[in-house]
Parts: sequence; structure tokens; C-alpha cells
Amino acid sequence: MTPNTIKRINWAGGIVTVLTVVIAVIWAFPLYWGIISSLKPENEVVRPYIELWPDTLTFEHYWFALTETQIGTWYINSIVTSLGVTVLTVSTSMFAGYALSQLRFPGRTVLWWLILASFMVPTQVLIINHFVLMANMSLLNSWAGIILPQLIHPVIIIVYKQFFDQVPKDYREAAAMDNASEWNVLFKIYIPMNWGVTTALSIVTFIWAWNAFLWPFLAVTRTEMMTITVGITQVFDAFGVYYARQLSAAVLAGVPVALAYLLFQRRVTQAITLSAGIKG
Amino acid sequence: MLRNTKKEWLIGYILVAPFVAIYGLIFVYPTIDMFLLSFQDAPLIGAGTYVGVDNYTRLPSDRRFDTAFWNTVYFVVLTVIPGTFVALGIAMGVTRLSGRIQSLVLALFFLPYILPVSVVYRIWDWTMNFQFGIAMHVLDTLGIDRVPVFQTSTWFMPAVAFVTIWWTCGFSVLLFLAGLRAIPQDIYEAASLDNTSGWRTFRHITWPLLWPITALVLTIQLILQLKIFDQVYLFSQGGRPNDNLVMVYYIFQRAFVNNQGGRAAAIAVVLFIMVIIIAALNFQLMRMSERRK
Repeated sequence: MTPNTIKRINWAGGIVTVLTVVIAVIWAFPLYWGIISSLKPENEVVRPYIELWPDTLTFEHYWFALTETQIGTWYINSIVTSLGVTVLTVSTSMFAGYALSQLRFPGRTVLWWLILASFMVPTQVLIINHFVLMANMSLLNSWAGIILPQLIHPVIIIVYKQFFDQVPKDYREAAAMDNASEWNVLFKIYIPMNWGVTTALSIVTFIWAWNAFLWPFLAVTRTEMMTITVGITQVFDAFGVYYARQLSAAVLAGVPVALAYLLFQRRVTQAITLSAGIKG
Repeated sequence: MLRNTKKEWLIGYILVAPFVAIYGLIFVYPTIDMFLLSFQDAPLIGAGTYVGVDNYTRLPSDRRFDTAFWNTVYFVVLTVIPGTFVALGIAMGVTRLSGRIQSLVLALFFLPYILPVSVVYRIWDWTMNFQFGIAMHVLDTLGIDRVPVFQTSTWFMPAVAFVTIWWTCGFSVLLFLAGLRAIPQDIYEAASLDNTSGWRTFRHITWPLLWPITALVLTIQLILQLKIFDQVYLFSQGGRPNDNLVMVYYIFQRAFVNNQGGRAAAIAVVLFIMVIIIAALNFQLMRMSERRK
């Protein structure tokens, strides 16, 4: 290899690197633009030229959203329903994943195939029947009604089974020697050994539930029961045609999940690659 | 080691019981119910009458079904392959970086994926706003006429596809990065010793080794985009929903706007079968390529 080619490669590499950074900045620019517009007074937002920083920085739209609209209630609805979905999905999947991985019982194979099959079924096609079912159970416009149909996440049980499969058998055998009960094996060995996965899966399940649109949108008609993702786009009179106000509501809806991602970046990345079937 | 079989069964059943109960109620029962409903002339809620395959036979001559079907196909074409290549390009760029710069740049690309669709909708509705949107200022500068993108049928699908790629690309980037990391470095070192050009290295080393991931990304994207609803619905508000129908949107319209549960269920079954066929085909393809190795 001649020195000349090394130089050429580094030069090309340098361009690619700079280009990547530039594109990343452009990529995220709409996010910046949305946030910055929400901090401008309404008359500045509609100026016919581009201002990358507000002349007058104002939080009035946030104040308006938080005090004059139902956004506080929507926040509570979103938090309660997302936590509900997370706790129920992760715990039931964890227990079932353990049983499928470690125990032998009749029906086990059938159940496993059912889970793998459901992996392919698009839950969107079930909206009609979910709606009828929830209506018959009188659960429309309720937290339970928002939560229940969101509990189909076969991928979580699949990930749990994989992780429980990987725990060395020695632990089990040692526990059996000590006459430890099955419950002890589960709660003292298998679950604590896999806290990392549980954290990662819980964070992404929460994010998925927070971001869910279609089902919460169908399940709720009363504005005070809406989740924030539905409310900010469906209650028109709350914000009117005030761009900065609408954007401030959008920022408020996005902040919790954006923070969750930024704080737990590694865990979120891990859970997402796992959910696609790749070992993170 | 003696196993207490009866006890093991009991514990197994106790552990799977909550999951099975939820699954039966929310997944198995509604799926069966969907098929049954599709053979009935029924409102959304309330009893229906059995009409055989009527709900299906009227689909081919149904103009809205036609729109919904072809728009879905169009949307898949606009998003799946372009989105996968954009993600691959980004991943190739990000993988060259290291340390803090890498995690920062990755975060910038990934952040949109983490946001709710409503936020994405608000941001792009604002960015592409006909009167005040910053994208329109850019068009002005380039000397191109402004377009009310979400109000015209020609631009609607491409614009929503563009926003969708922007929104969901970060997910595919993560998968590609994991795939790139799994390629052993010494292969590249050998290639650089042989003085192989960057493009040839990509063409003959990276691309073939990355193919399983590329296939995975393509499949996930394909199945995801067939089920598209949220963005199309939100951007259609105040626009022309009937021109912009996609499959799930049409199910929604028949069931919740026209109050025709039976006819909506028939459309749902069609989409269900489309997704299953693609998933099964993909599964076969994967198995065939496994065997070839």
C-alpha cells in the first residue's frame, strides 16, 4: 500500500464523517424548530422569514397548555395507562416465559406455537372486535379499556424465554439440592439474574404504550379520559389555530418519552435490538 | 434428581394462567370473532344476520376498497426500500464515528423514533405549513412554487412516506449498527492490505455479510407499513380522507364512521391474510437462504 492511497482513503473517510454529522444535524432540525417555535410569541411564529432564535423568549404557551387545557388530566391518563400496560405485560410475560423455558407441562408446545403465530398477526385488524368486546364489558372511556387491548406483545415473552434458556442449569440443580421450591428458584435466581432485561423491556413497553395512538383514540370519546397523544390532536377548540400553542402541547407530550430515551439510551437500544430478534 | 411431575404441572399452569387469560380474551377470541363477523350484515355493535360471503364479493367493485388497497401498496413502495437504504446509509456513516460523537449523532437520528405519532404530526404539519412552514421558505429560496403538500392528492402519500421514513428510520439504523458490529474487523484489515477500494469492500464484504440484517429490516418494514394508519389519519384531518384511504383507515371508516361492522371485518380479514402471507413467504425465504449456506 502506497502512502498515497492511505491519504486518499482518509480523505474520503473524513468527508463521510463530516457529512454524517451534518446530516444528523439536519435530521434533528425539525425537532429543534418545533421546540423553538413553541417558545416564540404567536406573532413572531408567523413572520415570513426564518429566525433560528426567538426575539422574545416566552413560556406563555406552556403556561396556557398547562392551566387552560385538560393536558394535566391527559398526562395522568397517559401515565396510568402506560404504567398499567407495562406492569401487566412485563409481569405476565416474565412468568409465562419462565414456565415455557423451565417447566414441562401438557400444552406447553401448543402455547409456544400460539405465541409464535400471534407474532405475525397485526393487532390493527382486531380494532373492531376489541371495540365490541370493550363496549360489552362497559370498559370504553375507562383506563382498563385503554389498557387491555394493548397487552398483546408476544415479543416480550419470546425475549424472556431466550434469556431464561441461557441461565446455566447448574443454578437449578444446586437449588434442587438445597430443596429450594420452584418459587424460590424463580424469584431468587432467575428474575434477579435478568434484571437488566426486565428494565430494558419495561422502558420500551412504557414508551410503546405512551406512544400508542390507534387504540386509545378509538376507546375514548370523552375528552377527560383521553391520553395525551390522542388529546393534543383531537381536541381542536383547546388550542385553536395557534401554531405555537399546538407545538407547546406537542413538546409536552413528547418530553417524557424523549427523557426516558436519553436517560436510558443503552437499555432502550438493547431492548429494541432484542425485540427485532437480534442479540444486543 | 427426582421431579415431582404433578407439582411441576401445577406451577406451570399457575405461571402461564394470567398470560393465557389475557391472551384468550384479547387475542384468540377477537380473532375468531373477526372471522365470524365478516360473514354477517351487522352494525358495529348489535346483532347481525348471516349473509355468507357477500361482504367479500362486493370488495372488488368497491371504489373505496380499491383506493385503500392501492394506496397501501403505493405507501409500501414509497417507504420500505427507500427507508431501508436511508437507514443503511446512516448506519454506515454512524459506525465510522466513535465515543461521545457516535452516541450523540446516533441519538439525533434515533430521537424521532421515540416520539409519539401526534408529536411527529404536529412538527411536520408545522414545518410544511403552506403559509408559515420553514420548508416553504426553503422552496422559495430554491425558486420552486409552494405546495400545500397534505392537501393535494399527488403529494400526500409521498409526503407522509417521507415523514414516516424520518420518524421510523432510527429503528432500522439500530439493527444495521448491530449487524455491522458483528462483522469481524480482520476481514476489513485483510481487504485494506489487498488495497481494495471502499466501494468494492462494501460491495463484496459488507453487503453480503449484512444481508441477513437487510432482509430482516425489509420484512419488519414491510409488515409495519402494511398496517399504517396513524400518520395518514392525522395528516388527512382537514384534507381529503377519501383519496388518502389505506387499509386500516378503511376498516376504521367502515366500522366507526359508517357503522358497518360486518363489512369492516371483511376488510380486516383481507389485511390479516395479506400480512400472514407475507410473513409466511418471508419465513420460507429465510429458511431457503439458511440452507444455501
